[in-house]
Amino acid sequence: MIATARAVARRPPRALGKRLEVWLLRLALALGAIAMIGPFYWMIVTSFKPREEVLVFPPTWWPHNPTLEPWLELTRLRGGGFVVFFRNSILVTASTTFLVLLTSALAGYVFAKYEFRGRELLFVLVLSMLMVPFNVSIIPLYALMVSFKWTNSYWALIIPGAVSPFGIFLLRQYMHSIPNDLIDAARIDGASEFGIFFRVALPLSTAALSALGIFTFMWVWDDFLWPLVVIDEPRLYTLPLGLNQLRGRFGSDVAAMTAGATAAVLPVLVVYLAAQRRFVEGIALTGLKG
Amino acid sequence: MRAWLGTQRAQRQLFILSVLVPVFACLLIFWVYPVIRGFWGSFTEWRAFNPNAPFVGMRQYTRAFRDPIFLISLKNTFYYAALTIPLNTALALLLALAIDASGGTRVFFRTVYFLPVVTSTIATALVWKWLYQPSLGLFNQLLTLLGLPTQRWLLSPKLALPSIAIYSIWKNVGFTMVVFMAGLTTIPTVYYDAAKVDGAGRWATFFRITVPLLQPTFVFVLVTGVISALQVFGPIYVMSAAAGDALPGGPNNATMVLAVYQWLMAFRELELGYGSAMGLILFLIILALTIIQLRLMRTRWEY
Repeated sequence: MIATARAVARRPPRALGKRLEVWLLRLALALGAIAMIGPFYWMIVTSFKPREEVLVFPPTWWPHNPTLEPWLELTRLRGGGFVVFFRNSILVTASTTFLVLLTSALAGYVFAKYEFRGRELLFVLVLSMLMVPFNVSIIPLYALMVSFKWTNSYWALIIPGAVSPFGIFLLRQYMHSIPNDLIDAARIDGASEFGIFFRVALPLSTAALSALGIFTFMWVWDDFLWPLVVIDEPRLYTLPLGLNQLRGRFGSDVAAMTAGATAAVLPVLVVYLAAQRRFVEGIALTGLKG
Repeated sequence: MRAWLGTQRAQRQLFILSVLVPVFACLLIFWVYPVIRGFWGSFTEWRAFNPNAPFVGMRQYTRAFRDPIFLISLKNTFYYAALTIPLNTALALLLALAIDASGGTRVFFRTVYFLPVVTSTIATALVWKWLYQPSLGLFNQLLTLLGLPTQRWLLSPKLALPSIAIYSIWKNVGFTMVVFMAGLTTIPTVYYDAAKVDGAGRWATFFRITVPLLQPTFVFVLVTGVISALQVFGPIYVMSAAAGDALPGGPNNATMVLAVYQWLMAFRELELGYGSAMGLILFLIILALTIIQLRLMRTRWEY
């Protein structure tokens, strides 16, 4: 009681001070936001500058003589240029994401809803793979690709990543909460096991599936080390490898590099801005459960 | 009835097998086998295109700890983790609290600060490399306009790694921030109400309620932060190598980290056994640090 009275007594004349505080907070956050967006602004602006304008001091804050030349230069690179890299990235990322979703959902469902001998042991094996960093397996995996004759092929980029221990773990945790009654009811109605999976388990797991889908897409789209190791033919380059080709050719080719970076960043950015809530919810779902 | 149950069982078993056989075939070939092969390979004189690698015991490991560049890369890896993790964590928590308190602009700011997280690492690292460029980059041009001394950034042995660390914080702080924001929503508001009733000030509320109740979030942030910082590769690779085919890790090994040195040894020098040993050393370090962190930060509060 005394404490309450003291708190009331100490409370400052509210409304105005509080509002001022929120506005100061917003001002500080806005300044930070400029630092977050600034590099993107500079990237996009530079990609429309002619060669001479990139090199002037003081810098021009927007293109005074806008040109598409840097963008055209991207199509003239070794291996067919960014159109090809873009197509490769889409193909590899979409196939890997599809396969990860399918295998994770199926295996997660089996682990969550079926009793069979050796289940715990197999699941521990899946979990133990979560702890091993890629640095341990990358060298033998590369040797494996060489013996399969898969280097410089899409196979090397897609198949080793098609099964994800993290995905199996996530979907098993999520599908565990699907009521058994629903599954049994479908079974009594004569649904096949695959039918139950597609018509009961999958529709009830969309939150986990979209989180896993978003993350897998981002990881594969962003992956650099593995493609760097298994691909050296420019016609098979994904976007990160294509960008790496432009690394450090400063001076004349900076504008082309920023155009390439814009091309790699923009599609994901558009998807993110359209569905940013899903991204954020995905982190909450995977991060705090995982 | 019994026949029906019988076919049901058979169907179920068929389903389990048709799912697990292909999934575990892939898992065994692409996950389990490489780990075992890497472990075995680290005890041999394994080189590319040379199938009979003689067993050499611990020689690859003793070699690593006598290799000055390996020791430098080990030191740099820890230095990079020490530069990024505390700053990233503190900044992310500060942003999460500030954005939560900013009222109607909450979603807007969250979207903006998360933006770099979703964008391509190689693309943004290259853009930052251009910003750091000593004569024409934006940072030095701004410093010149402000009349301040310019820096050599990525070309300076002293500033190279901190410069990459600043880029990494810019790229990742939004992720940690969103994790903290999710953690903050799990704290029941009754605690804040009770603190207010008891007349607790802001700092007391922060240190007595927010921080302890965010314990699980801190554990997640720090454990995953250490794991990913110790494996850093992409940003170092593109920001440290000058041009074309120049090798990463410079200047003068100032940005040589474990993953980059492993890549150089395994895929440039084709020393697969030595590279495998480095991978395992990194694994042991990560494992030890994870166990230590989980021990130190065992949850001592319940609510």
